[in-house]
Amino acid sequence: MSVRTLPLLFLNLGGEMLYILDQRLRAQNIPGDKARKDEWTEVDRKRVLHDIISTMFNRKFMEELFKPQELYSKKALRTVYDRLAHASIMRLNQASMDKLYDLMTMAFKHQVLLCPRPKDVLLVTFNHLDAIKGFIQDSPAILHQVEEIFRQLTEVKCFFLLCLWQTYGGLSAGEFQLIRQTLLTFFQDLHIRVSLFLKDKVQNSNGRFVLPVSGPVPWGTEVPGLIRMFDSKGKEVKKVEFKHGGNYVTAPKEGSFELYGDRVLKLGTNMYSMNRPVETHMSGASKNLAPRTQENIAPNPLAKEELNFLARLMGGMEIKKPSGPEPGFRLNLFTTDEEEEQAALTRPEELSYEVINIQATQDQQRNEELARIMGELEVTDQPRQSASKGDDLLAMMDGL
Amino acid sequence: MVAVDSQGPQDSAVRMFRRERSIPLRGSAAALCNNLSVLQLPSRNLTHFGVVHGPSAQLVSAAPEGVPLAQRQLHAKEGAGVSPPLITQVHWCVLPFRVLLVLTSHRGIQMYESDGSVMVYWHALDSGDASPGTWSGRILVFDIPAKGPNIVLSEELAGHQTPVTDIATEPAQGQDCVADMVTADDSGLLCVWRSGPEFKLLTRIPGFGVPCPSVQLWHGTVAAGYGDGQVRLYEAGTGTLHVQISAHARAICALDLAPEVGKLLSAAEDTFVHIWKLSRSPESGYTEVEHCHGECVPDTQVCGARFCDPSGSSFAVTGYDLAEILRFSSV
Repeated sequence: MSVRTLPLLFLNLGGEMLYILDQRLRAQNIPGDKARKDEWTEVDRKRVLHDIISTMFNRKFMEELFKPQELYSKKALRTVYDRLAHASIMRLNQASMDKLYDLMTMAFKHQVLLCPRPKDVLLVTFNHLDAIKGFIQDSPAILHQVEEIFRQLTEVKCFFLLCLWQTYGGLSAGEFQLIRQTLLTFFQDLHIRVSLFLKDKVQNSNGRFVLPVSGPVPWGTEVPGLIRMFDSKGKEVKKVEFKHGGNYVTAPKEGSFELYGDRVLKLGTNMYSMNRPVETHMSGASKNLAPRTQENIAPNPLAKEELNFLARLMGGMEIKKPSGPEPGFRLNLFTTDEEEEQAALTRPEELSYEVINIQATQDQQRNEELARIMGELEVTDQPRQSASKGDDLLAMMDGL
Repeated sequence: MVAVDSQGPQDSAVRMFRRERSIPLRGSAAALCNNLSVLQLPSRNLTHFGVVHGPSAQLVSAAPEGVPLAQRQLHAKEGAGVSPPLITQVHWCVLPFRVLLVLTSHRGIQMYESDGSVMVYWHALDSGDASPGTWSGRILVFDIPAKGPNIVLSEELAGHQTPVTDIATEPAQGQDCVADMVTADDSGLLCVWRSGPEFKLLTRIPGFGVPCPSVQLWHGTVAAGYGDGQVRLYEAGTGTLHVQISAHARAICALDLAPEVGKLLSAAEDTFVHIWKLSRSPESGYTEVEHCHGECVPDTQVCGARFCDPSGSSFAVTGYDLAEILRFSSV
């Protein structure tokens, strides 16, 4: 499998997360002057997005992200997004975080599946990045923070684009095909039904995505339907058409891989808007999910490696501590609090994102190092139940 | 289900295929190329199917009507690393005296007796400096005894610089057809070899910027399927291109041959499976191709396809995320 997949996975999932949070925050938006203390305003929304974006593009974090490495499990990655979502004043309950992660993963799975060429996943990434730029650009309401973030981001943007170019600029079609297969392996057996996808007829009621057999062929591919035969000198001697069965047309133009440009591809652009609320159905009844449960039950010698990965990655994340007595604003991804509670109770077992159950490690030094890093990220409302730092770390992870 | 048939001038009987009973799988098929292997055992009225799920591969035996009879799961050998190793291919190798089941992963090559019951050989690939996921492009040639586990690595062939995707062989045909084996890689390069005490590289057929995931060899003709949906047929001895088919709208994932009748099957990520008839024109001697049948497997990114009988009148298909083997046979 490809060791260059993680940055693409992380950035695109992060992009989807921002789309969803943006839409949800807008839906709960109250005009600034009318808002009560505990209600979301436009300023709050921008601030949340800014905080998350600046955490995502933190230089140290980027350095860890772009190191050649295998993909880790969905559980491990979910922990990173949990931290990321809490990079600002926003708070999400478990049920809302689960739903957010479900939506993010299904959206990107769809985009990967429908990419005409394997390398078009870069165009999808650029679509997300273009939108992220948009999130931070149009914010005259926020004062000093914007300029500071913009300045940091400009420096970081150059570093980030350099990383992107270095990692993917010279890859062959075969290497992109391997990246595509690695991503599809990550998403294998996920069939959560998303209302928006069902409504748009992008997903079937069994949770599988619709694969259209019409429209433009990928750039560089010919419209199917022709058999050409040549003699030994290379001269065409016979041409026969056949009925392919699809309804394809030539690709009009190639999407741009430059810093700015027309990407042509719509995959990865923001499909959410005010009038299209974000809902998921749990597709737990499908027997196809059965193989995945073994991942949760099997003994876990991998846990140590994954914990190391998390520590390294999140060690690079600078989580800003709120200055002064600011309340954490809770965001609900469901329509009502009751719905959120109900979702938490009825989530199918096999779709649970429980964090890895870790055996206590013997390595005292590593434990202390991890505890130190985790301590910097710690949410303060965890009760300390034991004297040992290692145990605290485990307790903290189990409580996530 | 969309099915399209072309009636060729020589073929008076129109071929129509219908969907037969599917064979359920314990795990869905992984998004790999050539992700279906079939072992036909007509004398025992059985067909074996092999599909890679991820860290495991599944073997199923079925009766002619598709009734599953036995199942077995095989795993790649564990080793150091973050996650359990993923299997890259499962394939039955039919040799003159025995049939071996070969399982490959990034850790190495595992060979089993044909029913998967006993592992007879393990060859570790050095991870060395290459990070997992990059293959060196080497081709390993093993000497297989008629019985028993005394399998020996006899040769390493250098011909490819990028990972090898597929290998096709056919028995030596005689004076006309010198080529025995063709190998393909991620860059689209094809290497044509002659077997013997040592393998000899006969021809190199360069790629054109897209991978060649699947290749077949029939009577000295190389059939290659590419990442841009094209199927190309070359003269094996010279590398001359004889036929170019704009066959699919997405990357081809599998090719298969029914050698007795010269039928070629192509399957791609565009959800289509096509069957072609290969022949040699009696006047010119050039290879010709005719389209026989097209089948759409709706909303399924096909990842493997094989003929299930030597006359090419039935075939099976696997798809990414699909936990069953789809079967089709002609009416």
